[in-house]
Amino acid sequence: MTDPKSTTHTDDAPAAEGEDGPEAGGGAPGAPATQGSAALPPDGIAADEAALGNEGLMLVAETSEGLQELSGRTTTDPGELRREVGAVLRMPEGHVVDPLDIDIERTDDETMIINMGPQHPSTHGVLRLMLELDGETVLRTKPVVGYLHTGMEKTGEELTYVQGATNVTRMDYLAPLHNELVFSLATEALLGVEMPERATWIRMLMVELNRLSSHLMWMATNGMDLGSTSMMIYGFREREMVLAFFEKATGLRMNNNFIRPGGVAADLPDGWEDDVTIICDTIMPRADEYDELLTGQPIFRERTEGIGRISAEEALALSLTGPILRSTGVPWDLRRSMPYLAYEQVDFDVIVGTYGDNFDRYSIRLNEIRESVKIVRQIVEKMPLGDYRVQDKKVTPPPRARIDESMEALIHHFKVFTEGFKVPEGEVYVAIESPRGELGCYLVSDGSSKPYRMHIRGPSFVNLQGLPVMMRGGLMADAVAVISSVDPVMGEVDR
Amino acid sequence: MSAAAGPDSSVDSGRAGAGLVSESGGGSVRDLLQSDQSVVFPSRQQYVAVVEELRDTGFETCSDLCAVDYLTHPPRRLPEGVTPERFEVVANLLSLSQCKRVRVRLQVPGDDPVAPSLFSVYPGVEAMEREAFDMFGVLFEGHPDLTRILMPEDWEGHPLRKDYGVGRVPVQFKGAPGPR
Repeated sequence: MTDPKSTTHTDDAPAAEGEDGPEAGGGAPGAPATQGSAALPPDGIAADEAALGNEGLMLVAETSEGLQELSGRTTTDPGELRREVGAVLRMPEGHVVDPLDIDIERTDDETMIINMGPQHPSTHGVLRLMLELDGETVLRTKPVVGYLHTGMEKTGEELTYVQGATNVTRMDYLAPLHNELVFSLATEALLGVEMPERATWIRMLMVELNRLSSHLMWMATNGMDLGSTSMMIYGFREREMVLAFFEKATGLRMNNNFIRPGGVAADLPDGWEDDVTIICDTIMPRADEYDELLTGQPIFRERTEGIGRISAEEALALSLTGPILRSTGVPWDLRRSMPYLAYEQVDFDVIVGTYGDNFDRYSIRLNEIRESVKIVRQIVEKMPLGDYRVQDKKVTPPPRARIDESMEALIHHFKVFTEGFKVPEGEVYVAIESPRGELGCYLVSDGSSKPYRMHIRGPSFVNLQGLPVMMRGGLMADAVAVISSVDPVMGEVDR
Repeated sequence: MSAAAGPDSSVDSGRAGAGLVSESGGGSVRDLLQSDQSVVFPSRQQYVAVVEELRDTGFETCSDLCAVDYLTHPPRRLPEGVTPERFEVVANLLSLSQCKRVRVRLQVPGDDPVAPSLFSVYPGVEAMEREAFDMFGVLFEGHPDLTRILMPEDWEGHPLRKDYGVGRVPVQFKGAPGPR
């Protein structure tokens, strides 16, 4: 077993070096830094530890991600350790921390590094956390991601703009319509087309319902993580209602591919107002039931209040967005602050917390469910009549009936679906508020019908950086609750 | 950092943003903030200083950082005075107080893919710079932990580069015997 492996390895290495040339760094650039810090401790004990470290590396070589993992205390740079303690050393004037004041004295014997994940029921997918524990207290945390990486950004470069929505919708699988929306908005910004009003409002209806379903799902999984199985069942039950409407309107429960560059795939089905009103009428009282079930419950409060705290400065420095940022008291919601679609025409509140703990994040999501219902009700009232997609023959395929009558319609249909439409050269960054935070799309076009570069700024990916700060000093048992409160979706983290 | 990039590489001692190239015609950082979503093109020498100045003018957070490989599309639209290079590192800064975004586009040559890290200014770029390194092989100087983040540690090459052979490696499972 070992022989073929080692031979293949030696075969591969030189060949790949030749191909990639001098530019391909591989893992090499990371190596000197670690070696440098490994050389830091004084010689006597260092030799033993180095030997131990090597042995450890050899043992785990088959499953190890090497340098991506959390390294031991003695092999970590003191600066790095201090940064973990002081969370972020960039503080506003007034409470500047002197790095040297931070106490990091602790030996390796007292602490232990354990793995949580990638296969762990409560990590919401294949999230792997390496935790340094002192007894039951978490000291350092390092998320190791990439287990679900499927190269979706690379795939996006091979698909036309028409096909692109099918790709991005699979990233954040709990809020697929938001992914489609941000991709479509970016494409339309480059195209310079103006959306018909009805298309905008249909989009807004769908993403708000999607926010509902995503937050309901979060309520469910968060309940389960904290031991409330009934909440899990309730959350899924309500979410199913929303998904049933999605199925009726788009044909699919998830990965809808409904919002496309140029509008939406189809007009809303007959009687959609009734369906949506029933959803709203059901979820509002159910939200009150959740309130009764969880909010006032002593066990739930014990497990959430004061757990996983993060300050506004830290959240901003770490680029965190969404409910996490709002839980620290920063009233930042892109729907309100930098409105897109028609959000300036609907009335809703931005829910803001105070303490930045798990309980705040829970209350924010619960109340955002109510706010979304409020928005959906207004959309039902105000939905304008008109086209559901832009009437631009170059962008939108003609209606099926026209193809039988008109040669031009047939040509346009053929062109749109084989070659796609060409998008003018340029680059644009568009961001929307997904249930998890700022979902951005950076799109570069070279004038062809495929994106030259399609980068998605996944809120979960960035929000995971907050975990080490939120977990520090907490109990191991609360780690699950903290992960849950960040609400990471690994499909989006790894893309 | 070895190579000086472009004619705009001279740094004024007093103001970091002086002589800065931007889409709206240029000038200093302050002039730039008039438009809604503006783009700045600093040289590698100016990069960190410009971003620091932007942070001090109210761009509290760096919402996104990614790289682009312009290998097969070199003649893109760039303002006068910016030498197009193979790689571009694009940082999107966000001002919560002014509800504004600014995009900082840094040109990074292909034969010397080194860019200064923004970690000291915005610690939140840690994961994003790691991703850019992983996908493009752009080295960020001063990054505390520049390792691969999405690809396995022993992966060869940088997948989002335009000259990366798609399908070159059929399927990779650790420990599985090679194709032949």
